[in-house]
Amino acid sequence: MTRTALLLAILGVVAVVFPWIAGPYALSVATLILYFAYTGQAWNVMMGFAGQLSLGHALYVGIGAYAAGGLYYHLGIGPWLGLPLAIAAAALVGAIIGWLAFRFGVAGVYFALLTIAFAEFTRIGFDHMAWTGGPGGMFLPVAERDHIDLVHFRGPPALYYYAMLALTAGALALCARLLDSRAGYYWRAIRENEDAAQALGVHVFRWKLLAMAISAGMTAIAGVFYAFYNNSLFPEQIFHTGRSIEIILGSVIGGVGTLFGPILGAAVLTLLSEAVTAALAALGWEVPGAKQVVYGVVLLGVVVFLPGGIWPPLARRLGIRR
Amino acid sequence: MASSQGITRRSFQTALAAGLASSLLPLRRARAQAHKLKVGVILPRSGTQGLTGQSCQKGADLAPGVIKELLGVELELMNADFESNVDTARTRAERLIQDGAHVLVGPFDSGAAAAIAQVAEQRGVPLIINIAAAPQITEQGYKFVFRNFQTAGEIVKNGLDLIGELFSATHAAPTTAVYMHVNDTFGQAMTKGILATLPSRSQLGFKIVDEIAYDPAAKDLSVEISRAKATKADFLLLVSRLNDAILLRREMVKQRWNPMGIVSPGSPGMYEEQYFKSLGKLSDYSISNVPWFNPNANLTKIVEKAFARQNPNDKLVFHGLNVGFTFEAILVAADAFKRAKTTDPKALADAIRQTHITDKMTLGGPIKFNAKGQVEGIGSACVQNLNQLPTVVLPAAAATARPVFPQPGYKKT
Amino acid sequence: MPFEFVVGGVVAGILTGLVYGLMALGLSVIFGVVRIVNFAHGELMTVAMYAAALLFARFELDPFLAVLPVAAAFFVLGYALQAGLINRFITRPEHSQFMLLVAIGLIVVNALLMAFGPDARGVQVDYQLESFELGDIVVDKARLYAAGLAVLTALALIGLFRFTRTGKAIRACADNHFAARVVGLNVKRLYAITFGLGAVCVAVAGCSLTLLFDVTPSVGPQYTLLAFVIVIVGGLGSMLGALVGGVLIGVSEALAGLYISPSAKSMLSFGLLIVVLIVRPQGLFGRRR
Repeated sequence: MTRTALLLAILGVVAVVFPWIAGPYALSVATLILYFAYTGQAWNVMMGFAGQLSLGHALYVGIGAYAAGGLYYHLGIGPWLGLPLAIAAAALVGAIIGWLAFRFGVAGVYFALLTIAFAEFTRIGFDHMAWTGGPGGMFLPVAERDHIDLVHFRGPPALYYYAMLALTAGALALCARLLDSRAGYYWRAIRENEDAAQALGVHVFRWKLLAMAISAGMTAIAGVFYAFYNNSLFPEQIFHTGRSIEIILGSVIGGVGTLFGPILGAAVLTLLSEAVTAALAALGWEVPGAKQVVYGVVLLGVVVFLPGGIWPPLARRLGIRR
Repeated sequence: MASSQGITRRSFQTALAAGLASSLLPLRRARAQAHKLKVGVILPRSGTQGLTGQSCQKGADLAPGVIKELLGVELELMNADFESNVDTARTRAERLIQDGAHVLVGPFDSGAAAAIAQVAEQRGVPLIINIAAAPQITEQGYKFVFRNFQTAGEIVKNGLDLIGELFSATHAAPTTAVYMHVNDTFGQAMTKGILATLPSRSQLGFKIVDEIAYDPAAKDLSVEISRAKATKADFLLLVSRLNDAILLRREMVKQRWNPMGIVSPGSPGMYEEQYFKSLGKLSDYSISNVPWFNPNANLTKIVEKAFARQNPNDKLVFHGLNVGFTFEAILVAADAFKRAKTTDPKALADAIRQTHITDKMTLGGPIKFNAKGQVEGIGSACVQNLNQLPTVVLPAAAATARPVFPQPGYKKT
Repeated sequence: MPFEFVVGGVVAGILTGLVYGLMALGLSVIFGVVRIVNFAHGELMTVAMYAAALLFARFELDPFLAVLPVAAAFFVLGYALQAGLINRFITRPEHSQFMLLVAIGLIVVNALLMAFGPDARGVQVDYQLESFELGDIVVDKARLYAAGLAVLTALALIGLFRFTRTGKAIRACADNHFAARVVGLNVKRLYAITFGLGAVCVAVAGCSLTLLFDVTPSVGPQYTLLAFVIVIVGGLGSMLGALVGGVLIGVSEALAGLYISPSAKSMLSFGLLIVVLIVRPQGLFGRRR
C-alpha cells in the first residue's frame, strides 16, 4: 500500500463515520468544508490544470442552482432531472464564454476580468427576471424533513453531508483520472507554455474549451446541492463576486494544480474561520469585523510565505507525491 | 481599544486551539432543568447589513436586565454574528444550539431566516424571528419557527391605509405619485404588495405615474431623481434602504425638486439615526409608515430608560423598530420560559404557541401566534421626522404630534 | 423625457464619470507599469474617504483641502505597500497576486468596520447642496468642483510622466522592464513610486467623492469593480483611456437610467465591458499588447 492510498483510506474512513461521532454543528461545518473542497476542485480543473484563471465561478453555481431549483419550484420536478439540465446549461455557458474568449484571444488578466463581467452581468439579469423571483428570491417548498426522500433530495443533515462527500470523492477521482489522461497532459502543456503547446500540434483552443466546460458543469452540481440544501435562492447571494472568491480561496491556499490542495485548503480555511470566531468569543473580544481581519492576516501570511500553497510542502514532508 | 489589552499572542493561540478543538469535538451538554434561559441572538453585525444588525443588538443587550425586573426571569444572551452571509448563518445557528442555546432570536434578513429556520426545525429548537418580511418563511409548515413581525403584504396594507389617514387628517388631496424603490429582496416584495393592493384602494385618490426601480448598491441617484422630477408627480412614494434614502434626499435638494412630501409605505431608511445625522434639517417632514413602538406604552418607557443607561449618547427613537422587535422577540422567549418552567425546547415551543402578551412595546394587538407561527395584527405608525426626531403622528391614539403634509417649501412642478 | 432632464443627466454622468475616471486612473497606472491588477483598489479608496470624513469631523477641514494631507499620506502608503509587499509578487502567477490583494482588501474593509463601526460617514459643507442653474439645466456644484479637480490631477500626473526624469524612467520601465534594468534603473523603487502615484489618484478621488456620497466600510468592493469596468473600457494602462472610460460609463449609465430601468444600468456597464474585452481587448485607448 502506498502512502497516498493509506492516507486516502484513513481520510475515507473518518469521513464516512464522521456523522456518527460528530454533533450537528460539526456536521454543518464539515458539509461546508466539503462544499468548498468540491467547488475548489472544480475550479482547479480550469486554473490548476489548464491555466485559465476564472474569477467568476459563482456564475455556474448560480446557473445550476436556479436550473434545478426553478424546475422544482415551478413544475415540482425533483433534482434528478434538474441535475443533468443544470450540468448541461452551465457547461454550455462555460463553453460559450470560453469560445468567445479564446476565439478573440482574451487571455491572462483580461480573461479573469471577463469571467467577473459575465458573473455580474448575469447577477443583475437574474435580478430582473420574474421566473426566478428576481431579487425577492425563490423559496423552495420544504415539505418533507423527517425521513429521507431521495427522489426529492430531502432529509436530515447527514444526507446532505454524504451527498457532498460523494461529490467530493467523485471529483477527486475524476480529477486524478483527468490528470493522467491525454487531456491532462495537454492541459499542463498549455498551462506551462501555450505557444509551445500550439507549436507541438496541441489543439489549444479545443482543450481549453473542454477544461472550461468540465469545470463549469462540475460547479453546477454544487449549485444544485446549494439549492436543495438552503432552499432559498437570491441572485445577490449566489452570483456575488464574494462567492466566486470563496470558491477560489481554498484551492489557492491548499495548492493550485494539486489534487489534494483544494480539499486541504477548504478544510484549513473553514476550520480557521470557525476557530477564530470561537477564540475571539472565548477572549470576550467580539468586535464585529475582528474575525475577518484575523482571517485576512492569515490568508496574507500563507500567500506571502507559501506561494505554492500548503499542500506541496506538506506532501513532501509526508513523502507523498503531489 | 481598551479591551484589546491583555490579549497576548500566547493566550490567543491557546484560545485558537481551544476553539478549533471545540469545533471538532461533539460536546453534547446536558440540558437540565435550568433556572436560566440561554437565548442565542444571531444577527448580521458585520458585512453589508452590519448597521442594522448592530442596531438590533442594542435591543437584545438591554433585554436581560429589563426582563429580570419585569418577569423575574434570568436570561443569558449568547451572541453570534453571521457576517451577512447565509452559509455562516447556518453554522452559527448550529453552533449556538451546540453551545446550549435553548431558543434562537434573529436574524433581521429573510435569506438568513430561511436558512436558520431549517436548522431550528431540524434540531427542534424554537426560532423567534425579530425582523424579516418575506412571507414564505412562515408558509413552510415549520413547527419551531415564530415571527413577531409583519410580512411584506401586511406592511404594505397598513402603510397604504395610513397614507389614507394622513391625507384625510391633513386635508391634502394629491392625485399623482412617482414610485421609487430599491431593487432588492425587500423592495421587490414591497413592490409586489403595492401593485396588488393599490387598485383596491381607490379612496386614496392618487395614481402612480411612474415606477422607478434602482440598484441597492447605487452610489449615485441623480438620474433617478431627474426622472422622478420629470414626472411632475405630487409626491414621492418611496421604498428605500438607508444610504439610498440619504442620497435621494440630497439629490432632491440639488435638483430643486420640492414635491408635497416623501412618504414610505413601510421601509427602513428615513427614520434611522444616520438619516438625521447625514441630512440635519433636510431630514424633516419625511414620512415612514412602519411597524413601530407605541411611545405611550408602559413597556416602552421602561425600555427607553434601560436604553438610555446602556447607550448614553444615543436615543431609542433612532433604533425604534430594530430595538422594539428584537426586544419583543426575547420577551416572547422569556415569557414562554416562565410559563413552561423548563428550558426543554419542545416545551418552550409549546409555551410560545400559547403566548398572549398584551403589555407590549410595539403597536397593535396582543402578541399571539397563529397556527403558522405568525403574529397577526401588528400595528404600524405614521412616523414623521419633526424637529429632527422620528415622531409618531398617526394613529391618533399613539401620536405625540400632528402630521404636516404637504411639507413647507412645497412647489408645484 | 423632456430635453433639459436628458442634458442634466448627461452632464451629471460626465462629471461623476470624471471623478470615477481619476480613481480608475490609479488602477490603470499601476497596471500599466507594475503589471499587477490592484484588486483592493476600491477598498483603498474607502480609506481615503474615511480620512477625509474624519479630518472634517475633527478639524472641519474642507475635503478639497484635505486632499493635500491625504494624498501625501497615500503616496507613502502606496510606496510602502509596493516596496514592502507587492514587489515580491511581481513574478508570481496572477492568481497569487489576486489572492494577496483580496486579503489586503478583506483586512481593510473589516479594520474600518472595527475602527469606525458600520455607520455611514460623510461631510457637510455649505456648497454641498447648491447647484448652478443654466436655463432649465441644473448642475450640482460639488460635482463640478470634484470633476475639475479630477481633471487637474490627471493632467498633473500626465505631465509628471511626460516631463520629469522619474516619470520618464517609469515609462521606460513600463515599456521594457528588462532593458530598464540593463541601463541601471532601480526598477523596484520606480514600481514603488508608481504605486504611490496610483494611490494619490485614489486619495484625490476619494476626498472629492465624500462630498457626493457617504462612505461605509462595505462599499469598497463595489468601487473596485467599477474601476475595473472603466479601466478595461478605456484601455488598461492608458491614462487618457481611464478618464474617457469614466465619462463613457457615467454617460451610458445616465442614459440607461433615463430610458431603461435604473436598477439595470450597471448591467449595461458590464455588457459594455464584455463587448470591449472581446472586440477590442486593449480598450478604446490602449495599445495593442
